[in-house]
Amino acid sequence: MNVRKYLVLLAVMCFGSIGDALLSRGMKQLGPVNLHHWQEIIRPIGNPWILIGILCLTLFFASYLTALSFADLSYVLPATALGYVLVTLIARFAFHENVSVWRWLGVLLISCGVGWVTRGPELTKHPREASASVPEEQHEMA
Amino acid sequence: MKWLELWIAIAVMVLASSGGDVLTSSAMKRIGDLDELRARRGLLAVIGAVFSEKHFLFALCCFTVGFFSFLTALSWGDLSLVAPSSASLTFLASAVMAKFFLKERVDHRRWISAVLVCVGVVLLAM
Repeated sequence: MNVRKYLVLLAVMCFGSIGDALLSRGMKQLGPVNLHHWQEIIRPIGNPWILIGILCLTLFFASYLTALSFADLSYVLPATALGYVLVTLIARFAFHENVSVWRWLGVLLISCGVGWVTRGPELTKHPREASASVPEEQHEMA
Repeated sequence: MKWLELWIAIAVMVLASSGGDVLTSSAMKRIGDLDELRARRGLLAVIGAVFSEKHFLFALCCFTVGFFSFLTALSWGDLSLVAPSSASLTFLASAVMAKFFLKERVDHRRWISAVLVCVGVVLLAM
């Protein structure tokens, strides 16, 4: 892991949590989806909050793909969970929302999980792939 | 009945997004480090390589299903319930699928992290 790879993980967590918050705001503005008029599910696309949310989630997706290209899925998912901590900090210090003891405990657990996983190896080395290439080489040589 | 519909929407979202995650991860592993590919052959080559991966296209279908069930669930329930419950269940589902489908070495370290994050996300909802 180097600085560039940590920056990619940082981009995943920022764009993901901001995008979700924007979608939530947009959907609350529009009201409940009625299953009997399921075509209405297309309607939110015109909402500006949803549009900015989708833009953020597009950036999230690009950085997520980059992260998955160099690290395991079971490494990337916990490592980017710090986004929830970020949202809680924004809610408490920017929006002055009341954050309960339980939530702070949740923040603590997520931080421990993230710290724990990022200290381990980020990619599984498959011994099968390495050994599978040996017979091929022998075949070519023959 | 509203809670049943809500949890079905959450379950569909969890299965679709962890399935999509597994497919995406396998597609990206086949391409290799995207940043290095971009440095060598440019951004268009990266986009071309990503969109010509079959697993990635299947993953997009899964994410589309997941996205619309997330929107539906959000309109039925609070973000503080829907987002943490779907996220924490997706963590566990993805770790299990990564072990069995991607043959990732999900060691004690990763299980403990997945469970810590999962419990932490649930606590955020309280």
